[in-house]
Amino acid sequence: MAFKKSVVAFSQTPEQEQKLMEVINKEKGHKGALMPILQQAQEIYGYLPIEVQTIIAEEMGISLEKVYGVVTFYAQFSLNPKGKYKISVCLGTACYVKGSGDVYNKLQEVLNIKGGELTPDGKFSLEACRCIGACGLAPVMTINDDVYGRLTVDEVGDILAKYND
Amino acid sequence: MMTVAELDAIKAKLHSQMMLRKGSEAGEDTYRKHVLVCGGTGCTSSGSMGIINKLNEELKKNGIENEVKVIKTGCFGLCALGPIMIVYPEGSFYSMVKEENIPEIVSEHLVKGNVVERLLYSETVTDSGIKSLNETNFYKKQHRVALRNCGVISPENIEEYIALDGYQALAKVLTQMTPEDVIQTILDSGLRGRGGGGFPTGKKWQLARNLVKDADQKYVCCNADEGDPGAFMDRSVLEGDPHVVIEAMAIAGYAIGATQGYIYVRAEYPIAVERLRIAIGQAREYGLLGDNILGTGFKFDLDLRLGAGAFVCGEETALMTSIEGNRGEPRPRPPFPAESGLFQKPTILNNVETYANVPQIILNGADWFASMGTEKSKGTKVFALGGKIHNTGLVEIPMGTTLREVIYEIGGGIPNGKEFKAAQTGGPSGGCIPAEHLDIPIDYDNLISIGSMMGSGGLIVMDENNCMVDIAKFFLEFTVDESCGKCTPCRIGTKRLYEMLEKITSGNATLEDLDKMEKLCYYIKNNSLCGLGQTAPNPVLSTLRYFKDEYLAHVVDKKCPAGVCQDLLTYKIVADKCKGCTACARKCPVGAISGTVKEPHSIDTTKCIKCGACMATCKFGAIVKE
Repeated sequence: MAFKKSVVAFSQTPEQEQKLMEVINKEKGHKGALMPILQQAQEIYGYLPIEVQTIIAEEMGISLEKVYGVVTFYAQFSLNPKGKYKISVCLGTACYVKGSGDVYNKLQEVLNIKGGELTPDGKFSLEACRCIGACGLAPVMTINDDVYGRLTVDEVGDILAKYND
Repeated sequence: MMTVAELDAIKAKLHSQMMLRKGSEAGEDTYRKHVLVCGGTGCTSSGSMGIINKLNEELKKNGIENEVKVIKTGCFGLCALGPIMIVYPEGSFYSMVKEENIPEIVSEHLVKGNVVERLLYSETVTDSGIKSLNETNFYKKQHRVALRNCGVISPENIEEYIALDGYQALAKVLTQMTPEDVIQTILDSGLRGRGGGGFPTGKKWQLARNLVKDADQKYVCCNADEGDPGAFMDRSVLEGDPHVVIEAMAIAGYAIGATQGYIYVRAEYPIAVERLRIAIGQAREYGLLGDNILGTGFKFDLDLRLGAGAFVCGEETALMTSIEGNRGEPRPRPPFPAESGLFQKPTILNNVETYANVPQIILNGADWFASMGTEKSKGTKVFALGGKIHNTGLVEIPMGTTLREVIYEIGGGIPNGKEFKAAQTGGPSGGCIPAEHLDIPIDYDNLISIGSMMGSGGLIVMDENNCMVDIAKFFLEFTVDESCGKCTPCRIGTKRLYEMLEKITSGNATLEDLDKMEKLCYYIKNNSLCGLGQTAPNPVLSTLRYFKDEYLAHVVDKKCPAGVCQDLLTYKIVADKCKGCTACARKCPVGAISGTVKEPHSIDTTKCIKCGACMATCKFGAIVKE
C-alpha cells in the first residue's frame, strides 16, 4: 500500500484540537490506549496527518516513530484526506468472482485516479476494500454510506452522476 | 445486582411473547403478531431500515400499532433474497420486500389476515398451500446451534435473549459447576476452534487454567477480526446474537480464572460494533457483567477493541500485540498465549462462532453436542455461501454434510446453467476443491487431506467462467498486501510468487517456471513465522494440484480457457453471425474494427486493446473472445 505524505496543508479548528486533547486525556491511562486514540483522532480530523501524530506522541510521552509505525501498519488509518465522496469497491472473494475487479478498473478510468488517491477537486476518493460482508449483493461498492449492489460496469457512470454537487 | 430467581422471572415474563415466534397463538396482553425484519448487514445494504420505518408508519395509519410489533433482528441467512421479513405466528416469509409493498402487506395481511402470497418467498408457495420455512431446501438440512437466535430475537434487547435461555448457562456454571467441571464438559463435547485451526477448545482452556498457577491476572479474548474475504458468519452472530458471545466469555473467564476480557472486532463491521456496545452496556446494567455476578461473588468485565484493517491480526499473537497498541505483528511461539499472552499474562483466544456454541454445550451437555458431526469434528459449522451460487447467504450444517448437499441442495446450484468448477474454502489460507471431491463429508481433517482447510467458513463457488490461475493470483495479491513484513519468507516469498503468477497470466512463463513456483510454495510454507505465511501458498498449490491443465494452457498454449486473463485473449468476429451493422466499429475506442456496411467486419488484433466494448455492443453475438 502506498503511503504518501499529505500534500494538503494541515489546519485545525480550536474545537478539533480541544476534542483531541479530551480523547487523549481520557484514554492515555489505559493499557493499549494508542489504537483507540488514533481511531478517535481520525474521526475528528478525517485523517491522520503528521501534525496530529506529533501531538499524540508528545501528549502520550512516546516517540513519533512509534505512532507513525502503528498508523502506517493498519489499512484503516489514512495519511491523506479523503474525498467528499469516499468510494470503496469490495474486492473480497465473493465480489471478485462476480466481477468487482472490472468495476474497480472502470472507476479508476472514469475518475482518472488510482486506488488510494483523491481527485484534484477533492470530490471523490477511491479505494479497494476487503469484504464488507454483503456477499449476497455481490459485486458491491459503497459511496459514503450508500451501498450499491449487484453492480455492472455499465452502471458506474450513472451512479457517479448522482453525486454532482 | 441480579439473582438467578430474577433471571428466571424475566424468562417467564417474556415466554408467551417469544412462543409466538415458534408458531404458538398469542396469549393475553401480548401483541397479536410479530413482524421480524432482518437488520443484518446484507439486508440493511438492500434497504431494510426503510422497510422498518414504512412498516411502523403504516401500522399507525391502520391503528394497529399496539397489536403488531416490529422487531429488527439479525441475519436470517438467505441474504440473496434480502430484504427479508417474516410474520409470526404464521411464519409467512416475505423476500425481496420493497417499501411500496408495505401498505399492501399491512392492510391485507396484518389487518385482514390474508397472506399476500405473491410477495412470499416463492419456494414456500406450493399448490397444496404454504410451506413452513423449515421445509424449504435452503433450511431443511440446516441445524442451527451457533445461529439459533439469529433472525429470532432482537439483538438490542437483552430480555429477549434471556427469554430463550440466555445467561442460564452462566447461572448454571456459577452455581452448580466447578471450573474443572466446565473445562471437562467442553473437552468431552469435542468442540474445536471455529476460526480455522481446529484446536480443541477445552484443551486451550485447560492449559490456561493450569500452566501458570500464580498469575495475578488472566485474560479471555474473542477473535472477531473476521478477515477472510467472503466469510461473514462471525459478523452475523455479533449482529444477531451478541449476548451469546458475552455469556460464553464470562463462562470462559470462570473456567480459567480471568476477570477481564477483550473482544477484538473489525471496524469494518459498524453494525456489529454498535450492537456489541449496546449488549455490553445492557449486560452491565443487569449485573451480568461486573462485580459479584448473579450474587456468586464472580467478577468479570469486557472491553471492545476495534481492529483497523490488518488481516494478520486474525493470527492470535498478532491480535494480542494489536490490543496492546502496537503494530499487529505476530511473535514466535512458544511461549504460547496460555502461558504468556496479552500483556504477558496467561490468555485464551477463541473465535466468535466457537463461543456461540459454548452456552448450548453447558445447558444440553457434552453428549448432546458430540452426537452431531463426524468422529473427529463434532457439532455444526457455519458457512458463508458466496460466488456463483443461487442462494448466497449463511448456512449452519452438521459436520459431515457433503459439499454436494451444501452447494446443490441448500445452495440451489449454479446460476445461468453454468458448470461447477471449484469451491474455495479457507479463504487466502485455503484451497480450491474440484468437482471430483464434491461427495467428501466436510470436516477439519477431510478438507486438509484434499489440500484445503476449514478456515473460518467462507465457501465461494466458481463456475466455468472463473480462471483458476487468476483466482490463485487474486489470493496472492491479497497476501502480498496483508503480509506484515516481519519475516522474509512471507514478505519476499509471497511477492515473488505473485510475480510468477503474473508471468503465467501474461503468457510469458515457461514450464521451468511452474517447477520453480512449486518449490517456492513449499519454501514459504516451511519457513514463515506465522499462519499467514505458512498457508499463503495453499491457493497456488491446490490449483496446481487439481487444475494443472489450466496452468499448462496458459504456459504452453498461451491461452486462458476461461477467457479471463486479458493478455491471452483475442477478440474475433464470427463472419456468419455478423450483419455488418457497423455498431462495433463506431464503438471501438482505437479504431481497430473495419469493414463495409452489411458485410462481415474484422478486428485488427495489433490495434485491439481488449476493452470488450465491441462485444458488449454487438446485438447478434457475433463477437467472441478466445
